[in-house]
Amino acid sequence: MRQRPVLDVSELPSYAFGARSPVWWGTLAFCTLEGTGFALAVGAYLYLTFINPQWPLSAPPPDLLWSSLHSIVLILSVWPNQLAKKNGEHENIQKVRRDLVIMSLVGVVLLGLRVLEFGTLHVRWDQNAYGSLVWTLLALHTAHLATDLVDTIVLAALMFTRHGHGKRFSDVADNSFYWNFVVLSWLPIYVLIYWAPRM
Amino acid sequence: MNDMLLDRTPVSPIGEASEAYAPADPSEVRDHQVDGPELTARLAKTWGTGSGIVGALSTVDHKIIGRRYIITAFVFLFLGGLSALAMRLQLARPESQLMGPDLYNQLFTMHGTTMMFLFGVPIGEALAVYLVPLMVGTRNIAFPRLNAFSYYVYLFGGALIWIAFMLNVGADVGWFAYVPLSGPEYSPGKRADIWAQMITFTELSALAVAVEIVVTVLKQRAPGMTLDRIPLFVWAVFVNSFVIIFAMPAVMLASTMLILDRLVGTHFYNPAEGGDALLYQHLFWFFGHPEVYIIFLPATGFVSAIVVTFARRQAFGYLPLVLSLIATGFLSFGLWVHHMFTTGLPQLGASFFTASSMLIAIPNGIQIFCWIATLWDGRPVFRTPLLFVLGFFFIFVAGGLSGIMLASVPIDTQVHDTYFVVAHFHYVLIGGNVFPLLGAVYYWFPKFTGRMMSERLGKWHFWLAFIGFNITFFPMHISGLMGMPRRVYTYQAEMGWGTLNLISTLGGLLLFASFVLFLLNVVNSLRKGAVAGPNPWGAGTLEWLAASPPQPQNFDRIPVVTNREPLWAERESMPVATGLSVENRELLVSTVSEARADTRQSSPEPSLWPFLSAVVTAAAFIGSIFTPWAVVWAGPALAIVLIGWFWPKGATEDRK
Repeated sequence: MRQRPVLDVSELPSYAFGARSPVWWGTLAFCTLEGTGFALAVGAYLYLTFINPQWPLSAPPPDLLWSSLHSIVLILSVWPNQLAKKNGEHENIQKVRRDLVIMSLVGVVLLGLRVLEFGTLHVRWDQNAYGSLVWTLLALHTAHLATDLVDTIVLAALMFTRHGHGKRFSDVADNSFYWNFVVLSWLPIYVLIYWAPRM
Repeated sequence: MNDMLLDRTPVSPIGEASEAYAPADPSEVRDHQVDGPELTARLAKTWGTGSGIVGALSTVDHKIIGRRYIITAFVFLFLGGLSALAMRLQLARPESQLMGPDLYNQLFTMHGTTMMFLFGVPIGEALAVYLVPLMVGTRNIAFPRLNAFSYYVYLFGGALIWIAFMLNVGADVGWFAYVPLSGPEYSPGKRADIWAQMITFTELSALAVAVEIVVTVLKQRAPGMTLDRIPLFVWAVFVNSFVIIFAMPAVMLASTMLILDRLVGTHFYNPAEGGDALLYQHLFWFFGHPEVYIIFLPATGFVSAIVVTFARRQAFGYLPLVLSLIATGFLSFGLWVHHMFTTGLPQLGASFFTASSMLIAIPNGIQIFCWIATLWDGRPVFRTPLLFVLGFFFIFVAGGLSGIMLASVPIDTQVHDTYFVVAHFHYVLIGGNVFPLLGAVYYWFPKFTGRMMSERLGKWHFWLAFIGFNITFFPMHISGLMGMPRRVYTYQAEMGWGTLNLISTLGGLLLFASFVLFLLNVVNSLRKGAVAGPNPWGAGTLEWLAASPPQPQNFDRIPVVTNREPLWAERESMPVATGLSVENRELLVSTVSEARADTRQSSPEPSLWPFLSAVVTAAAFIGSIFTPWAVVWAGPALAIVLIGWFWPKGATEDRK
């Protein structure tokens, strides 16, 4: 069929930030499906809580120390994370490098605290159904933490190479967006694992 | 016109200072500088796939991946069909000695598993992978490397369970693998583990494709394709992708917990340690009921596309059709407990799920009436694709009627686990998916291959399939009411089920013959079918603007959409957008609701890394059946291949 040009797109920008970027929507979709997974695992935990007369099953509730420290650091990490996003949007390479290095270090600290946290659960995964679910919830979240940590480290390295410009700034903003999901998804799990058994 | 079609808001707080506005390299050729065959050839080179085995494994072309998906899903359909035929032969007469209970258990498990997970879900996504980018007027699917990865993961998962079956390690616990039967106590060995890991493979791939479709539809529509101009097929697979995103995590969780119970001694489903067997059923059916609609929704898209084209008028009731799709998507999550009516639920719960099960008949009824109205008011042309759609109306409505009966708890309790249920869901699934699908193959075959399928063989195929199907499955309603339970490998003559079963088996042979005819038609038409041209049916949606088969770039210039059926509205010449690169993979990203052209973004180049990532993923999943440490070892390997995947290569990619 003959063609009739009606629109010139050659001047359009070559990337954009946030909801104008396809990667942002892809990230949102993955957050949604992973969030569904979290919600169902939480649902399974509550389901077993209600059908068992006693909960937690023959184990004291897990310790608060490391998990609470972990939660505090996680919540505080939102600040440098937002900075990374903002500096990404301003395409400020020096500050983005700094922020990503900070976020990588924060991630390593969080992973370390998580290892300590696993040690104070007072229950093994193969002890009873309660233990199985606590380990599942914690492992699910740890997988997300580790994934975003690797992502952040790779992105940080990238920003120190000749690839660190242009569209990568948009990737930095999307990586910050995913980190917010890692933080937000933790809060209900923290309350459920550590505080619900004490109520 | 331009202001309606372009978004001019700045991309970031620093506005024009952003590198996004850097002027493109002036030496780079753009598509307003060349024209005609030269443009076609140069774009085809830019968007093409390399040669040789490495080229084939590196491809990111949605049409090549989509074609592989379609062919693979059909191979699984045939394997599932052959296992059904083997069961029918065994059941043809009482106390048949053709096979023993162990093989029979494996066969019905392989049949159900294959049809649901390796055919039913992937086939809808397969056609979406091929057709959605063409229908929305873009050059490739969003996240094309993820798309390639998802295909290999699906292929490895399907191969795993079928190779295991051939090695006599076939899954044998039914397609929904209820605990405690599938748990560590009652299913020692590896059979149930292989089933559970196959689930992980296929759901991973299904979720990945769902994300790609959602983003392609939201962000890559041709300029002017506002929400109310999206083709109904695209709406159907778009809603379907959301259902997948919310449903599939449930079955991944259920099967992962099952395999953990079996392999590392967790107690999710073990009542002795505070677990619960019904938890498995809840998780499984929270996925399993939407699953039925995951299978059905793409088929409604086939039907809408075929009905509109062959009625030669726009769809009657576009808005109610779209709203019905969305309503079906939502309601599908409120039905799962009707699979568990006999597990002793609280009565209030049972009533709620009865009501919602009946409620979903409303949006589905609306759709059927809209299609009938479209045909009524149009000038229908009765070609093979439309015949299959008419067959779908008949069979699907019959299945819906027995569905309304089953939604009632007392009837369900009576016929639970009998052949009445088997008859019901084959009417719904074969009627609701396979018939529209066969129509879709006849309809889009010319687009996929450039050749028409034989109309004469097609009509034979349809009538043989329609008659064969009804002879096979109608008698099952009666054998079910006579008390014949499903999943029995044989029965005694005194039960009086012999004649009905013999009739079913004869019908099954007819159905088998119809598929042989179909295969013959496909093979013959591939070699010497009439040459189709771009738009053999005179259809109105954008895929018919592309060549048959489409060039790697799909369109030489991106069309600008002015109507729901663009090719009917623009008969003389097609309005197009110009200014995209000819030398680099560049595509147009648009705004979500208005589809204004927003940015020119680069689309990923071919890469071997997605294939390698799929190999590592497969090694991890399969290895985990034998030792949980496989997951630990695979972690770093996976990190390496994923970094290879995402690390930018070469100067061209860097410039963008």
